[in-house]
Amino acid sequence: MISMDTRRWIESWPVFRQVAEHDPFGLGAAVKSRRTDQLEPRVRRADEVVKSVCPYCAVGCGQQVYVEAGRVTQIEGDPDSPVSRGRLCPKGSASLQLTTGDAREYRVRYRRPFGTEWEDLDLDTAMDMIADRVISARSTGWQSHFDGVRTRRTLALASLGGATLDNEENYLMKKLFTALGAIQIENQARL
Amino acid sequence: MAAEARALDPAALAGHRDHPPRMGFFTDTSICIGCKACEVACKEWNAVPEDGLLLTGMSYDNTQGLGASTWRHVAFIEQPGADHDGLRWLMSSDVCKHCTEAACLDVCPTGALMRTEFGTVIVQDDVCNGCGYCVSACPFGVIDRRPSDGGAHKCTLCYDRLGAGLMPACAKACPTESIQFGPLDELRERAGQRVAELHDAGRSEARLYGEDPDDGVGGAGAFFLLLDQPEVYGLPPDPVVTTRELPRIWRHAGIAAASLALAAVAACVSGRR
Amino acid sequence: MAECHPVGFQWVMEAKARGATVIHIDPRFTRTSAVADRYVPIRAGADIAFLGGVINHVLNSETYFKEYVLAYTNASTILTEDYADTEDLDGVFSGLNREDRFYDFDTWRYQGGDVRPASGDRSDPDERPHVRGRVRQASRGEAHGSGGAAASAWPETDDTLQHPRCVFQVLKRHFARYTPEVVEQICGVSQEQFAEVCRLLTENSGRDRTTAFVYSLGWTQHTTGVQCIRTAAILQLLLGNIGRPGGGIMALRGHASIQGSTDIPTLFDLLPGYLPMPHAWGNEDLDTYVRAETVQKGFWANTRSYMVSLLKAWWGDAATAENDFCYDYLPRLTGSHSTYETVLAQLDGTCKGYFLYGQNPAVGSANARMQRLGMANLDWLVVRDMVMIESATWWKDGPEIQTGEQRTEEIGTEVFFLPAAAHTEKSGSFTNTQRMLQWHHEAVEPAGDARSDLWFTYHLGRRIREKLASSVDDVDRPVLDLTWEYPLRGSLDEPDAEAVLAEINGWDAEQHPLSAYTQLTDDGSTACGCWIYCGVHADGVNQAARRKPGQQQSWVAPEWGWAWPANRRVLYNRASADPDGKPWSERKALIWWDEEKGRWVGHDVPDFIADRPPFFRPSEGATGPAAISGVDPFIMQADGKGWLFAPAGLVDGPLPTHYEPQESPFPNLLYGQQHNPVRQLLRHPENRYQPSGDQPGADVFPYVTTTYRLTEHHTGGGMSRFLPYLAELQPAFFCEVSPQLATERGLEHLGWATVVTARSAIEARVLVTERIRPLEVQGRTLHQVGLPWHWGPNGYTTGDAFNELAHLALEPNVHIQEVKAMACDIRPGRRPRGPALRELVRRYQERAGITDETGTEV
Repeated sequence: MISMDTRRWIESWPVFRQVAEHDPFGLGAAVKSRRTDQLEPRVRRADEVVKSVCPYCAVGCGQQVYVEAGRVTQIEGDPDSPVSRGRLCPKGSASLQLTTGDAREYRVRYRRPFGTEWEDLDLDTAMDMIADRVISARSTGWQSHFDGVRTRRTLALASLGGATLDNEENYLMKKLFTALGAIQIENQARL
Repeated sequence: MAAEARALDPAALAGHRDHPPRMGFFTDTSICIGCKACEVACKEWNAVPEDGLLLTGMSYDNTQGLGASTWRHVAFIEQPGADHDGLRWLMSSDVCKHCTEAACLDVCPTGALMRTEFGTVIVQDDVCNGCGYCVSACPFGVIDRRPSDGGAHKCTLCYDRLGAGLMPACAKACPTESIQFGPLDELRERAGQRVAELHDAGRSEARLYGEDPDDGVGGAGAFFLLLDQPEVYGLPPDPVVTTRELPRIWRHAGIAAASLALAAVAACVSGRR
Repeated sequence: MAECHPVGFQWVMEAKARGATVIHIDPRFTRTSAVADRYVPIRAGADIAFLGGVINHVLNSETYFKEYVLAYTNASTILTEDYADTEDLDGVFSGLNREDRFYDFDTWRYQGGDVRPASGDRSDPDERPHVRGRVRQASRGEAHGSGGAAASAWPETDDTLQHPRCVFQVLKRHFARYTPEVVEQICGVSQEQFAEVCRLLTENSGRDRTTAFVYSLGWTQHTTGVQCIRTAAILQLLLGNIGRPGGGIMALRGHASIQGSTDIPTLFDLLPGYLPMPHAWGNEDLDTYVRAETVQKGFWANTRSYMVSLLKAWWGDAATAENDFCYDYLPRLTGSHSTYETVLAQLDGTCKGYFLYGQNPAVGSANARMQRLGMANLDWLVVRDMVMIESATWWKDGPEIQTGEQRTEEIGTEVFFLPAAAHTEKSGSFTNTQRMLQWHHEAVEPAGDARSDLWFTYHLGRRIREKLASSVDDVDRPVLDLTWEYPLRGSLDEPDAEAVLAEINGWDAEQHPLSAYTQLTDDGSTACGCWIYCGVHADGVNQAARRKPGQQQSWVAPEWGWAWPANRRVLYNRASADPDGKPWSERKALIWWDEEKGRWVGHDVPDFIADRPPFFRPSEGATGPAAISGVDPFIMQADGKGWLFAPAGLVDGPLPTHYEPQESPFPNLLYGQQHNPVRQLLRHPENRYQPSGDQPGADVFPYVTTTYRLTEHHTGGGMSRFLPYLAELQPAFFCEVSPQLATERGLEHLGWATVVTARSAIEARVLVTERIRPLEVQGRTLHQVGLPWHWGPNGYTTGDAFNELAHLALEPNVHIQEVKAMACDIRPGRRPRGPALRELVRRYQERAGITDETGTEV
C-alpha cells in the first residue's frame, strides 16, 4: 500500500512527472510548482470592484478599484468607459502607488511659530485651533466698507485649491468661505 | 522532427495537453507614443521594484533596457530621417520574446523556468535558486538576477492574469494599442496586414521582427513591427537560441556513442567468427 | 496631446488611421510631433501672429464657409463709427486710457438697436477712472464663461458684407498685415510650411469636412492668452467648424476636475455657474446686480432666476423676497483678488491665514520665491495634501534658508499639515475636459488622520458655526444662517457627497429634485447650487454615476456620466445643421429639424430650444429665450451669433492682436505697441521685469525659455515626484537645448546648466537634442530653452523648480501668468550656493539696468 502522501511525493518527482505528463524534457507541465499551479490574479480575490475616475489629468479615464479585506489591492482602467476604453497612461497606471505608496502621510503635523521641528497634534485639536484662527483672522481683517462703498468682507483669509478637488468639495468651500466674507478663494483653474 | 513540433506547438511539447492557443504580444512601434504606461502598469501589477534613478541622456529613455526589475522597456531613438524636416523620433516598447526555442528554459537546471500552457515562458520564483545560467543563455539579454533576492526575473506575460482570462497589464494599459495581446496566429496575421498597409502608404521601412518561425529562436511569442533595423532599437539583428547547438552536440555524441557500440558489437561478432 | 493626455490621444491615433491629417505646432518636438503628419516648430509666444496669418489667408483666398459665416456669425453686423482699430492706432484700440491702463469699451459696440439696453447695462457704474479700472480687473469677461456678455440684440446688418464698418470688412482690414512674410519673420515658420498648413486646414473644412483645434496651456499662459483662443475661435467660425462633429476648439485641461473647479468655482471672481461675484460698484443690491449682469436675449436673460436659486440653496429659509434673498450676505470685489494679489496681500500683512488644498505654490506657482516669502509672513498656514510637499516644509529647508536670507527660528508662521484622502477614499464627482461629470465611489475609508476635503470643510464650518452660535453681530449672520445640514456617514462622520450634489442640482418648493435649469424661478420657490449643473440629480438619481458601457451605446455615449448643460455633448450643435435645419452634409450630421415631429432630433441632445423651428423669427423687442431666432445657434450670446468681433466681454480688445510677451528679445514687428497695453503688472522688488526688444539691456537675456509637462510627471510634481515608479522614468530636472546653443554656450550633454532671469537662477541637467531647433526670427537665429516644471526640493526625485524664474505679468481678463514665453540667459555649470545665488541674480539685474520701471511701460 502506498499512502496518499507518498503517492503525492512520488508524483512530484521530476522524472515521474516528465513521463506521466508527457513533458520528457521537463520544460513545462512536469516542472510546474505547486505555487505556480495555484497562482491566481489578486483581482480575483477582491471583495469589491469600485468604479472610479483617474485623479490625474482631465481626460477622465475610467478606473476600477479592487478592494480586498478593506485594502485597495489594484487599480486598472475601466473597459466600459467610452472615454478611455480601459486604458491608462503611466500616471494613471501608477494610481495604486499614489494612493497606497510609502510617500503618503497619515498623521497631522504641527509647526508652532518660530518652531524648528514638526510636532504631533491630534486631529480634533488641530481642527479646533484652525476654527479659532479663522474666526480671529476674519474679524481682525474685516472690512465693511472700502473707498466709501459697502464690501462686507475680510481680506485676512485666503485659500488656494488644487483641481483634483471634487465638485462637491469646491462647492462647500465656496459656500463656507463666501459666507465668512472671504473673497481670495482661488484654485489651480486660474493657473 | 522534434524541432518542427516545437515550432508549431511549444506548449504541447512541454506536456500541456488540451492547452489553450499560444498567446503573445504584437508590439506595433509605428503607433507607439512613448508614454511608458506599459512600464508602470507592469510594475504595479507584478510589484516589480523601482530600478534606479539614472538620467541616461539617451533621449527620454531612462530605463535603459530590460532586466530583473524592468520587464517592459520603452526605447527612444532620435535619428536623422525624412519624417519631419530631417528628424525622426522612434519609440518602441521592448519585452521578453517568449521564444519558441527558449534558451533560458533549456539551460535551467532546476525547472524554475517553465513553458506554460499558453506557450509563454516564466520563472517560478519559488523554484529558482539564482544560478544565473539563464542570464547568459538569453540571446536578447532579457532575463537577469535581482540583487535584492538573488533570483532571476523577467516578464511572465502576466501568467496569473492569463489563467483568469485577463489581458496582460501592459497591453491593457497601452493607450494606442501599440501593444496588442492575443493568440499568436491572429497577431501574426494582423501584423502582416499592418506591414502591407504601411508599405502601401509608402513606408517601405516597416518590417516585422521576431514573427518568423524559421528564425534563430523558432519565432518569438512577442514580436514587433519596427521602422528601422533592429540594431537601431537595441535588438540583435539575427538572434540565435544559444542552445540550438545542443541537439547537434547530443547528436554527435549519440553517433559517437553508437559508433563505439557498433564497433564493440562488430568486435564481438568478429570475435565469434 | 500625446505628451500630456496620452489616453485621449488614442482618438487622434484612431482618426489618423482613418485618414485624418495631424498637424502639430509647438516650440519643441514632442511625442505628439513624433507621430504627427506635419510638425511646425514655432517661436514661443507667437501663436496669434500664426493664427492671424491663417485668418488673413482664409479671407483673401475666400476659402471661408460662406453660408455658415453669413447665417451664424456676426460677420454682417455693423459697428458704430466710433470704433478705431489697431490699424488706425498703431496697435491699440479706441478707448485706451493710458494713465490707468484700461480700455473703455463704449466704442466697440454694434450700431443700431438698443445701444445701451435697459437690461444688460454694462456701462460703468462709477465714472472715476481708478474705479473703472478696478471693475475691469475683477474679471468681468470671465463671468459668463459659457458665452454671452452684454451686446445689442438687434443690431444693424449688411448681408452683402460690403459695408465698410461691417464686422467682416473690419476683420479683413485688421488681419491684412498678417501676411506669410510677417508670419515667417515673427514665428520663425517658413512660408512654404505655413502655406501647407493653410492648405490642409481649408481643404479639410466646409460642408463635408471639419477640422478640430486642440490646445492647452501653450496658448493660455501668456499676457495675450484669452486673445489667442479668440483667434482660433475666429478662424473656426470662418471655416464653419464650431458646433459640428469633428470640429471645435478643444481645451485639454490638465487636472481631474479643473473644469469643475471653474464651473463650481473656487475662483475669486465667480459664483457657481459663471455668475459674477458682486462688485462693490454697480452691484449694490440684487436689482442692480441683475440689471448689470443680465442680457436681453438668450438664456443669460434669466440671470435673476439663477442667482435667486443659488441664494436659496445657500441661505434657505433665511433668504426671502423681502431681504433680497440675502444678496447682501455676499462679500464684494473691488478689483482683482486673484491668487497673485493674495501673495502681495500676504507680503504686506493684510492676509494672515492661508489654506492650501492639494496645491503647492512653493514650487508650482509663478515666482515661487515670492510665494514662499508671502507664506513666511503669514500668521498661520493650513496645508492639506497626501504627501509632504514643499509648501508645508519651506520654513525648515526652503531655498531662502539655503541662501541664508531666512532662519527657521525667525519665521513666525504657524503651520498645520493635515493629511488628505485619496480619490479612492471618498465619493464625489470630477468634471472632465469635455464638461462631463463622472462620479467616483469611495472604495475604502481613509486611514489615520487622512480625511477628504469635504470632511475638512464641512467640519470646519460646523465648528465655526458652533463657536459663533451665540453671536448677535450682524457680521456673523451669513455664517449662522447658512444651510449646513448634510447627512454624515461611516465611522469618520464623512458628509454624504451625494447630498451635496443634490443641493447643487437643486429642488423645487416641495423639495423635489429639478431636472433642468429652465425650471428655475426668481421668486424663491426653487433652490439650485449651480444652475448649469441642474439636471445632474434629476429624478433623485445621480446621473454623474451612470456607467452604461460604451460598447452598448451610440458613438455619442449619452448614458455615460452627465455633461452640462442638459447632458449636451457638443455645444452650439444647432450649427451642425444649415439654416433650414438640415445637416450640412450626411457625413457630418449631428442634429436636425424633424418637421413631422416638430422638434430637433439627432445623435446628441440639441443645444437649442427643442421645438423652435428653423424658420422662426422673433418679434422685435422679444426678450430672453423667446428672442432666439431659428437661426441663432449661439444661444448664450446676446445676439445669438458666433462672434468674429467681440463687442463686449473682453478687457483687452474686440479683436486679437499680436503683442510680444512681457519679456521678449524682439521688438513687435507689426505695431509700435510692444506689449498688450492692459496686461496686468504687479510691481514689487521681488518681481522685477526685464527689458525687451530694442531696449538697452535686453541682450543680457537673449534666449527664450518655455516650460511644459512630461508624460511621466504631473504638474508641480506632488502626485508624481514622490512615486518611485514615475520618478525613475524621468529622474532628474533637465533643460533641453539645441546642439547649436550647446556649442554657443559651452553646454555639455548630461552636464549642468544654470538658467537665469531677473527673478532667480536655477540649475538643470543638460539634454542636447535636435528636437529643439534654432529658429530664424527677424533676421537672426533664436535659441529656445525647454524646461519642464515638475521639480522641487522634496520627493523621490528632486531638482530646482522652474517657477523660481517666472515673473508675474498677468493676462488681464483671467489673470493667468506668462510662463510659456520668457527671455532668459543660460550658462554652463551649477548655480551658486548660499548668498552667492542672490548675488548672481543681482549682478544680472545690474547688467541689464533693471529698475522698478523696467518692462512696465504701457
